[in-house]
Amino acid sequence: MIKAILVFNNHGKPRLSKFYQYFTEDMQQQIIKETFQLVSRRDDNVCNFLEGGSLIGGSDYKLIYRHYATLYFVFCVDSSESELGILDLIQVFVETLDRCFENVCELDLIFHVDKVHFILNELVMGGMVLETNMTEIMTRIEDQAKVEKQEAGLSAAPARAVSAVKNMSIPQQIKDIRLPDLPQAIKDLKF
Amino acid sequence: MNSAAVVDTIKQVIGDVVEKVKTPTPTRLRDLIRQIRSARTAAEERAVVNKECAYIRSTFRDEDAMWRCRNIAKLLYIHMLGYPAHFGQLECLKLVASERFTDKRIGYLGAMLLLDERQDIHVLITNSLKIDLNSTAQFTVGLALCTLGAIASPEMGRDLASEIEKLLKSSNAYIRKKAALCAYRIICKVPDLMEMFLPATRTLLTEKNHGVLITGVTLITEMCRKSPDTLAHFRKTAPNLVRILKNLLMAGYSPEHDVSGISDPFLQIKVLRLLRVLGKKDSETSEAMNDILAQVATNTETSKNVGNAILYEAVLSIMDIESDSSLRVLGVNILGRFLINSDKNIRYIALNTLLQTVYIDYTAVMRHRQTIVDCLKDPDVTIRRRALELSFLLINQSNIKIMTKELLCFLETADPEFQSQCSSNMVLAFEKYAPTPRWHFEVLLKVLLAAGNYVRDDVIAGVLQLVSEAVSLQGFCVGQLWNAVRLETPNESGLVSKPISEKQPLAQVAMWCIGEYGEFLLAGKTVCDEEDEVIVATESDILQFLESILTSNQSSLVTKEYAIMALGKLSTKFTSGLERIEKIMRLFSVNLNVELQQRGLEFTQYVSKHSNLKSAVFEKMPAMETSKANRLVANGELKPTETALPSVEPKKESDSLMDLLGLSDSTPPALEKLNSDKKAQVSSQPLMDLLAGLDFEPSKPPSGIGTNQSLDALLNIGSSPTLAGSSLLNGGDSLGLGLLGLSQPASSNIPSITAYDKNGVQLAFSFSKDISSPDNLSITMKITNTGGGNITDMLFQAAVPKSIQLQMFPPTSTTIQPLESVQQDIKITNQSKVQLRMRIKVSFKRDGVPITDQGEINNFPTATWQ
Repeated sequence: MIKAILVFNNHGKPRLSKFYQYFTEDMQQQIIKETFQLVSRRDDNVCNFLEGGSLIGGSDYKLIYRHYATLYFVFCVDSSESELGILDLIQVFVETLDRCFENVCELDLIFHVDKVHFILNELVMGGMVLETNMTEIMTRIEDQAKVEKQEAGLSAAPARAVSAVKNMSIPQQIKDIRLPDLPQAIKDLKF
Repeated sequence: MNSAAVVDTIKQVIGDVVEKVKTPTPTRLRDLIRQIRSARTAAEERAVVNKECAYIRSTFRDEDAMWRCRNIAKLLYIHMLGYPAHFGQLECLKLVASERFTDKRIGYLGAMLLLDERQDIHVLITNSLKIDLNSTAQFTVGLALCTLGAIASPEMGRDLASEIEKLLKSSNAYIRKKAALCAYRIICKVPDLMEMFLPATRTLLTEKNHGVLITGVTLITEMCRKSPDTLAHFRKTAPNLVRILKNLLMAGYSPEHDVSGISDPFLQIKVLRLLRVLGKKDSETSEAMNDILAQVATNTETSKNVGNAILYEAVLSIMDIESDSSLRVLGVNILGRFLINSDKNIRYIALNTLLQTVYIDYTAVMRHRQTIVDCLKDPDVTIRRRALELSFLLINQSNIKIMTKELLCFLETADPEFQSQCSSNMVLAFEKYAPTPRWHFEVLLKVLLAAGNYVRDDVIAGVLQLVSEAVSLQGFCVGQLWNAVRLETPNESGLVSKPISEKQPLAQVAMWCIGEYGEFLLAGKTVCDEEDEVIVATESDILQFLESILTSNQSSLVTKEYAIMALGKLSTKFTSGLERIEKIMRLFSVNLNVELQQRGLEFTQYVSKHSNLKSAVFEKMPAMETSKANRLVANGELKPTETALPSVEPKKESDSLMDLLGLSDSTPPALEKLNSDKKAQVSSQPLMDLLAGLDFEPSKPPSGIGTNQSLDALLNIGSSPTLAGSSLLNGGDSLGLGLLGLSQPASSNIPSITAYDKNGVQLAFSFSKDISSPDNLSITMKITNTGGGNITDMLFQAAVPKSIQLQMFPPTSTTIQPLESVQQDIKITNQSKVQLRMRIKVSFKRDGVPITDQGEINNFPTATWQ
């Protein structure tokens, strides 16, 4: 079983964290920090497996990671998963992201972290591999995006109206309305 | 018509609208992220986040439904950055209950990230899940399934199992595959529900969709692991699985499932794993899969990682099932190829697999010994760790010398984390396979030199035992040790590799040997063979060295204890240096450390006033007996029948310690496995015996001195009458100090209890009551680390019924080495004399892994509360 999936950048800033086993919020941050320290110390020419991240559990657990440009993708798994298989899974995940965002980069992950989560949920569910066919994952993600778009057409109307009104900034506009200077106008009145 | 009323209403409406417009729209997620990213310092970022959190909280309070979705999305981002976000849990549930898919999607995402089965709020989602599982929209069902698969608790599993079972038969593959994983989660939580899913699961194997096949195989694998009946049932499906695998192998290129030229490697891996489970210990099923495994093993393209991944699984399956011998040869050959692969990942899994196969096929793994040993020099720590583990399993009588050479090379340059583990394991291997005692001693000395302070106590114990046993070698040993420590002393010119302060274990061993066998050193009888160098030391040399150890502030306490003991022993052997010994001893009679102070005082008495007792007290220790069973070849007689692999178990450490204490253990440890309970008993019993000899109450723990009990015992053993004698001797002196208070029994023989014995931790309570205040009970708790690995951050918490007062004192230490113990005092005031019960919580880290456990103690002896 996959215990956790972490994505962070070269400086240890988390970009995605998903735990399939319960940890307190503090613990989660500690795990991310420790994992980063373990992984970032390693050269690029060593193997992609690391044993014994102490926080997430005993010797049964392994960290399997890949390093792409500025990002580390780390999967923490127990012995029931094939190490090499997980490496391929990371590849599938990254390729799917690449297809969804068209040349994915760190910024995509930052600004669309919800979308990344949705993609991940189609790939892995409850710590087990769900689907590895990229085309299938892509179709499902696109279909769901369509459903959301339709909804936005109908029911987002009130929200849009309110923000439109707000953008008009009525108090300012009222101020901006140029009324003729009344006393002067009265004076100008010729009877 | 009431125009005034109408105007009022209009005013009201306009007022509302203006109000609404005035409240700003919440920042968009995108803008928040921008703000956070533009923060230059951590403090700035925190300020932005706190401001936004405060705002989000306020909108939650106002029940603002319109922006809930956006706010939760922001909160989830904040959560990822590590800020608390638990206050969003309830809002997630509200979103989940919404009609809109967009809301549901974010709501379920939040639920997965923020909720867990330990919180009560978690059950509230069950109802929404139930509704959504019955929805007609496939994506809504998909969301609910995904969430259930991630956070289902046993109660939820029971409540929703029937829905899942129904969805397993759904016509939609998208839903079926998710339902299969939900079923997996549910049977993990509630194994009783497995029956219910069986019929639907069986049909999953006839599936065409690969996603459903993967999840279905996962589900079946778990079922087979959980119940032997199910395993027997699914053995019949082996031909189906073989067919699936065959189709994958034969199928031409299919763009959907192709991963670098191989058709759906993920499914292949899953099927191979299930085959392994099915074929294990069942020759008939194994027979059915022999052919396909051979096909996979020979036909898989291995230029890419995917191919190797499949091959790796195939090899594991070949090794696990009852396969043909020819197939096994094929498997081992593949591993051999893996081992010399240039890809580090492949090398790692090769070592990993060899570790698992070494028990099955020892000779096959042996063939790769040189390659494995070479991996010890790999720059990658992960590979080194595996190679080290494997190397120890490969040591036997014939290769012990060459392997030791390699391992010593490794030990010298290894990281600290490896050094202690490696040295302990080497001691075990030497004990089993050392060809001669002399060689054995020499390599142990090298280990002590190489691993320095990272040597564990069991290594020290091993060396001492060896020296004590090998009567003919004692002179040689003490000479070599003298040379070793002298070379390391800072004031000596020449070879100074590391100062002695970094080789405390070596110093301790040397100290002990000099104390016991110093006469050889004085007489120069330090040769074993003709060509050995004669090493002689004068009394003043030795004294100067001991003094330098005792006065150096870089010596550890234990080393000083060894040194002062050696000084005591030497006082019977020396002729001229007695005044100097007495002078040094006197220095310690005012030492801040109680143990050293006590020794200093006692020994001063022996050296000066009571010198008639001296020779009896400081008599040479008798040779420590070992169980000969683990010395297969100690006398040079090889026993070819014994091919048992060296078992690397902490168990042995206890044995050698026990042996050190001079207790002959009737059970040869290498043959019989002591279970941990028994071990714990064994380890506490001798200490008690020891104390019985000291005239204490049998239930009293040792006088509370020193944290290191086994070592204490070690030091005491040669002079066991000393303690008792000295407490009497010094009884009137100011030196009695706390000692008297501690050692004089307060009252009553209340039997001790073992309050807790789990997770490799044993808590033993011994009680004492003061007759003058019968309401007060003092408990001395001994926390013993009976498992392997160091315990750190030991925390013991206790709660008692309200009418009882409890006072806890800090423990002597919060770190406990294996098989050692610390003490903690507890005072209980029980005026109403209610039955004493205690609820306890123990938390600690074993080698860094946190462990917490709770329990209740109800077996207090009646005398403790009456």
